[in-house]
Amino acid sequence: MVVLLRNGGMISGDLMSKIVVESLYKIFGPSPDVALAMLKEGKGKDDIMEKTRHGVGVNNASFSIEEGEIVVIMGLSGSGKSTLVRCLNRLIEPTEGTVHIDGQDITTMSPDELRELRQSKLGMVFQNFALFPHRTVAENAAYGLEIKGVDAEIRREKAFEALELVGLKGWEEVYPSQLSGGMQQRVGLARALALDPDVLLMDEAFSALDPLIRRDMQDELINLQEKMRKTIVFISHDLDEALKLGDRIILMKDGKIVQIGTPEEILMEPANRYVERFVEEVDISRVLTADSIMQKVLAVAHLGTDGPRAALRKMKNHGISSLFVLGRDHTLMGVVSADQAAHLIEIGETDLSPIICTDLKTVLPDTPAQDLFPIMHDLAYPLAVVDSSNRLKGVIVRGTLIAALAERKGA
Amino acid sequence: MSYRIPVGDVIESGINFLVEHLSFATKACSVVVEASLRFLEKGMVAIPEPIFILLSGLIVWRLTRERNLGLFAVLGLALIWNMGLWAATMSTIALVFVATLFAIMLGIPIGIFTAVNKVAYRIIMPTLDIMQTMPAFVYLIPAIPFFGLGKMAAIFSTVIFSMPPAIRMTCLGIRQVPLDLVECAEAFGSSRWQRLVKLELPLARSTILAGVNQTVMLALSMVVIAAMIGAKGLGGEVWKAIQRLQMGRGFEAGIGIVIVAIILDRVLQKAGKRKQ
Repeated sequence: MVVLLRNGGMISGDLMSKIVVESLYKIFGPSPDVALAMLKEGKGKDDIMEKTRHGVGVNNASFSIEEGEIVVIMGLSGSGKSTLVRCLNRLIEPTEGTVHIDGQDITTMSPDELRELRQSKLGMVFQNFALFPHRTVAENAAYGLEIKGVDAEIRREKAFEALELVGLKGWEEVYPSQLSGGMQQRVGLARALALDPDVLLMDEAFSALDPLIRRDMQDELINLQEKMRKTIVFISHDLDEALKLGDRIILMKDGKIVQIGTPEEILMEPANRYVERFVEEVDISRVLTADSIMQKVLAVAHLGTDGPRAALRKMKNHGISSLFVLGRDHTLMGVVSADQAAHLIEIGETDLSPIICTDLKTVLPDTPAQDLFPIMHDLAYPLAVVDSSNRLKGVIVRGTLIAALAERKGA
Repeated sequence: MSYRIPVGDVIESGINFLVEHLSFATKACSVVVEASLRFLEKGMVAIPEPIFILLSGLIVWRLTRERNLGLFAVLGLALIWNMGLWAATMSTIALVFVATLFAIMLGIPIGIFTAVNKVAYRIIMPTLDIMQTMPAFVYLIPAIPFFGLGKMAAIFSTVIFSMPPAIRMTCLGIRQVPLDLVECAEAFGSSRWQRLVKLELPLARSTILAGVNQTVMLALSMVVIAAMIGAKGLGGEVWKAIQRLQMGRGFEAGIGIVIVAIILDRVLQKAGKRKQ
């Protein structure tokens, strides 16, 4: 009964998600059965290598990827990330487990079905570009279409379009060897895009590029993604890259998935020591944004309803020395300090208006932490985080900011 | 202790068996090939020598884009003509041409097959090792019962002797295509045939041509040896000179062979390097 229910749940999950990977194993070697059994008993990778001479590529990976999402699979070299992504298009045959793409189990496909799937749905971009040196840029970009048997005219047109999309207009007739690394990878990207696949598999696509070019390409991928809405599986060993590109990140170690989560979940709640060590090396201030550091607003004063006494009591109750004031429509009006509120009470004033300091600094939730430092520097009050219609979302006090960074660094 | 393993007997009876059942075909084959060879030779000799020489020089120059090599071809061929070795040289070139054609037409497909099929690789590679270490003269012997003395027998042993580099280099050229490119072709859903035609053969081109070059050179050397079973040509001149101890005549023919070899080698090397 329970099994039935669970299966029912799985099937509906398959229909929803673009890619569903379940209990995937990859053992390298001629007779993986023994090694697989040992792996399931919980034996380690090195142990299995020593006893059976079989390598563990992927160890019980299960996850799903939604349509239009960028998922970054990351880990150090040897963590099985490249193997895992190759199991998605069966460049490497999984030893056990299933991979569903659009609800179709690709692990049981015949070679012809598999070729057809690769031609229609799965574009791939490689670490070392893997451009064909004997073909021009346009011929490279048209390769997938050529394999598919598309007319020469149409494939040329589509290849040109794809090249224009990646900013290589005018370079169609040169050979790859005449291009710089960054441009070569643009060709690689165009070659995958020309097919208009649903899924892009990008194997360390930017790792071979130097840092500045890499950043450009990342930005460009983000831009392209806004237009295209592809499902992208991106392999990386660079956490900064993963945090920048990934809607979600899958962290791998020794063939096992250690954590799956959004960039912030990975940063703020590392699942274990391994993830923590990864996270330590990140320049946190670049990745953290205002909304992940901000604290809940403990108390506010409402203009018109709250007088100086009410305001002062709220401050005392929460042990704070200033209070944000909201208007009728809950937008942020300004801030009052405890001293001034006390002064108002002394002179018998019942309206807060005269002491509201409206000269406030505010930031949007997605402001990077590194931009917060200069703003916070000489601020008498906490920094208000507001959304685009000026509603108060949270506050950041200098202590919180430093603590948030220190906590991550020192973990 | 007195038992002798009958290696030679087994091979001999094997070949005899083949001769008995196949000689009608091989003899017919030899008639056809010798006729076409004669036709080719006649055609070459029919061209007036000066025109042939100048034309060769021009072609060599155009193909290699080296004026000096064109000049060398003109002077070298003129020397051959002057030494009275013209007919013999034409006969040798025709023989090399036909033998190489067979060797390449067989060798490249076998090389491709060897590269794509693991079992074939394991069988053919050691066979090639044996073929290439076997003394060249040995190939002359079975050629005679199959084809009788004459040019076809010479072509047969030449093809056998010169084919291994064509097979080997074709196979090597395909297998050395970078793995990431092969993986990429696979990832885009190429069939085995598409991968071969669109990726592997174009990238193996220069290696295959280097193999062809070696095949031509081996064919040239074998054609000379094959004079012993009636190949005639420049090798025949050398062979005659040996029997009569005519040192000068022997060296003249030898120089003729060297000239032909240099021209062929340089032209083929350039062809391999071009477009890279």
